[in-house]
Amino acid sequence: MTRLIGILVGLVFTFVVLLAFVFGAWTFATEEVSPTAEHEFHLAPRHASYQFDGALGTWDYQQLQRGYQVYKEVCSACHSLKLVGLRNLAELGYTEAEVKAEAASWVVPGIDPVTGEASTRPGTPTDYFPSPYPNDVAAAAANNNAVPPDLSLITKARHHGTEYVRSLLTGYRNPDTFSVDGKRLKEEFPDFETPAGLHFNPYFPNLNLAMAPPLTTPGQVTYADGTDPTIEQMATDVSAFLTWTAEPTLVRRKQTGWPVLGFLLFATVLAWYAKKQVWAPVKPKKRKGAVTATATPGDHEA
Amino acid sequence: MSFPWAKAYEPKAPLMRFLDERLPLPRFVYNAVGAGYPVPRNLSYFWNFGILAGFCLVLQIVTGVVLAMHYSANALVAFNSVEHIMRDVNWGWMLRYAHANGASFFFVVVYIHIFRGLFYSSYKAPREMIWLLGVVIFLLMMATAFMGYVLPWGQMSFWGAKVITGLFGAIPLVGEPLQIWLLGGYAPDNAALNRFYSLHFLLPFVIAGVVILHIWALHIPGSSNPTGVEVKSESDTVPFHPYYTAKDGFGLGVFLIIYTLFVFFLPNALGHPDNYIPANPLSTPAHIVPEWYFWPFYAILRAFTSDFLLPAKLWGVLAMFSAILCWFFLPWLDRSPVRSGHYRPLFRKFFLFGLIPCMAVLFWCGGAPAEEPYVMLSQIATAYYFLHFLVILPIVSLVERPEPLPYSITDAVLGTPADDGTVKGHMIQGENARPAV
Amino acid sequence: MASTTGAAPDDAMTTDGDSGTHPVRRRDFINIAAVSAAGVGGLAVLYPLISQMAPSKDVLAESTTELDLSAIQPGQAVKAVFRKQPVFIRNLTPQEIAAADAVDVSSLRDPQTLAERTKAGHGNWLITMGVCTHLGCVPLGAGEGENKGEFGGYFCPCHGSHYDTAARIRKGPAPTNLLVPEYEFTTDTTVVIG
Repeated sequence: MTRLIGILVGLVFTFVVLLAFVFGAWTFATEEVSPTAEHEFHLAPRHASYQFDGALGTWDYQQLQRGYQVYKEVCSACHSLKLVGLRNLAELGYTEAEVKAEAASWVVPGIDPVTGEASTRPGTPTDYFPSPYPNDVAAAAANNNAVPPDLSLITKARHHGTEYVRSLLTGYRNPDTFSVDGKRLKEEFPDFETPAGLHFNPYFPNLNLAMAPPLTTPGQVTYADGTDPTIEQMATDVSAFLTWTAEPTLVRRKQTGWPVLGFLLFATVLAWYAKKQVWAPVKPKKRKGAVTATATPGDHEA
Repeated sequence: MSFPWAKAYEPKAPLMRFLDERLPLPRFVYNAVGAGYPVPRNLSYFWNFGILAGFCLVLQIVTGVVLAMHYSANALVAFNSVEHIMRDVNWGWMLRYAHANGASFFFVVVYIHIFRGLFYSSYKAPREMIWLLGVVIFLLMMATAFMGYVLPWGQMSFWGAKVITGLFGAIPLVGEPLQIWLLGGYAPDNAALNRFYSLHFLLPFVIAGVVILHIWALHIPGSSNPTGVEVKSESDTVPFHPYYTAKDGFGLGVFLIIYTLFVFFLPNALGHPDNYIPANPLSTPAHIVPEWYFWPFYAILRAFTSDFLLPAKLWGVLAMFSAILCWFFLPWLDRSPVRSGHYRPLFRKFFLFGLIPCMAVLFWCGGAPAEEPYVMLSQIATAYYFLHFLVILPIVSLVERPEPLPYSITDAVLGTPADDGTVKGHMIQGENARPAV
Repeated sequence: MASTTGAAPDDAMTTDGDSGTHPVRRRDFINIAAVSAAGVGGLAVLYPLISQMAPSKDVLAESTTELDLSAIQPGQAVKAVFRKQPVFIRNLTPQEIAAADAVDVSSLRDPQTLAERTKAGHGNWLITMGVCTHLGCVPLGAGEGENKGEFGGYFCPCHGSHYDTAARIRKGPAPTNLLVPEYEFTTDTTVVIG
């Protein structure tokens, strides 16, 4: 009875899903799916290598400090970094005094100690990075209705986030001349338009990005360590910095992993030999083509 | 427990004797996973996954309780409290990655455990109750994992909660009120987050309770084994301790090495980047997918795209739930007298070349965007899924001629040479006579 | 028990290379080593599980409280917050200072002079934690009209500890004087605690 009902139910589901398959296949075969510009001309992030890559990666503190400078002087005009504390700058290799000075260079919201009204004050290490806009409505109003995302986790919130940020910052192109593998965007999709107020960037999923190119001229930031501030360099540095903000424990995580892994390998090898020892008396052994039995478990005193 | 030759617990130390007379906990452990539990001597490494699943449950409860000390279940701060754990709490990053990846590894282990049971027909008499309790555990795990994924309150959390509770909206008449009741609102918000948190904390302990029943039921007939032949004599078994404690110890080591690789070197490989974006009720991610362990069932849900008598959405929901619920009936659908797939040529072909590829396709399509050819592939795989469990299994068990079984586990292990030099056996489980030596 | 096929029992031991001499000892050694490794691993896991309960980085982050004292008149006191705990800032009157100085220090439970509990040049500013050293209640006496206890300083209502005008314990169960936090005057009227 169970089997009869089971077969019936199974056949019903199978019939319905195969019906859907036939309809789907018919649609697929008859209806032309027109390719979209987003599909054909979207680029995967360009590969780049960083010192923190790989299982043995470490932070390049000079690079993180340069990236912090780019964030501070360029990105922070529109993008917040809410989850990062100013005290965390100490992890970039700044001394305590430098952290205090850096913190004080940020203006954070506070209250007037006498009247209690909202005011501002210089930041202290216990503050978090201040946001450029008081709320999302203000952020949208100031940016053509597009809220600039918080950057704290941006490199974890995108596939290949570090390379994505770097590619995006350096990826602005002219849509009229843009081509991939010899195919020109304007020839394949003559109707493709970048609306006013948006900017063409093939690394952005829908190709038109609200953010204007933030890194426009080499030397936009003057690096204290004398590194040549090319656009490529600034983009690389800030993407490294944003990798740190997204996961400050990244290097520590990998460095913790090795001893744990080493210990587990050691323990597992021991466990393997222990298992072999325990099982040796009851394991059958093949010898000279014939199968020979060994003692049965009862013989063996564990 | 169940075999007359099982060693009886004899407390040696005075403290153990004292305890044994008052609260025989050591005796209980001795009989459950100690030397007092005789286990077939021929278990393969596929039999490690039960203990591993138990380990995963403990791992999840321990890391989860600890994370709960720092997490705040409030829609305003939930996302930030998770980042607080990642950044500020001592070892918080490790505990959270251990818990998130622990969930994935729990499912890896449990899927292998389930499919081992399917291949060796571990659901057959007298082990039906073990199997039924196992399916209950799997359902509870899915509920727990789903609610846990909502807690970080990222984009995937929010939209996952919305889409999955939306499934209940497909039920005729009561669907919509039911969905609103489940969420405590019209969209996931504080009410939903808080109840999910409460249940996410509770359910693992319910799972632990059902696991105890699962193991209890296991100890009545004893473990199955790769031949599917029941234990006949003491030489067929070895005591659980030290034989299987040693083997499980090694298996646990291998498991932990792979798990550690993910926790420390690829902690986000099994997650989705969108869940690092705070929940935004006004913007849906471009490509909503559940966690990978739900993909096969998500693919079945999406495979039903045409309204035949019932709305497609309802067909999808019915099929998705039936896909798991049909497992409850396996002991009565598959009536072959032989358990192990090793001795069932036809069943083995359907399992290895039908069910396994079908599951692979469902996994692949469930994680892919809802476009062709993925939908068509998942439709074929879904059709096979239902055919396999509900049609093929009952029919195969009627028409198949099983291969000869070994007389006993000992014979299978030692390869008892019969008169003509081949391993002799008989077809019908339980009726096979001792071959003449 | 006899093995099923009657194979020679000595075959069983051939995996142990040196089984003839120390089979038991070697087997025991590996088993003990494996179990010990599991034990060590288990203990190592306890470390993060325990230390996660210690104060997190944001709690430990150096916290300071800056206060403007210009509005506090002699005889008045205010409560401020330092590390989530109350701090009492009291502008002592000359009489209160005299009363505190008049006490024989050696008779005190926790001998300290008022000068030791204030900063040179700012002897009228008594800054202490508002946490009773007995069991952590907040003593009365900093607010307007509150019970200042028998010695005119602070009074803890929980178990009846009386502090004098230098916030020293004089009567009741508290073992020590109210704690003086680390602080410094950045100007004559601004103080930074912590």
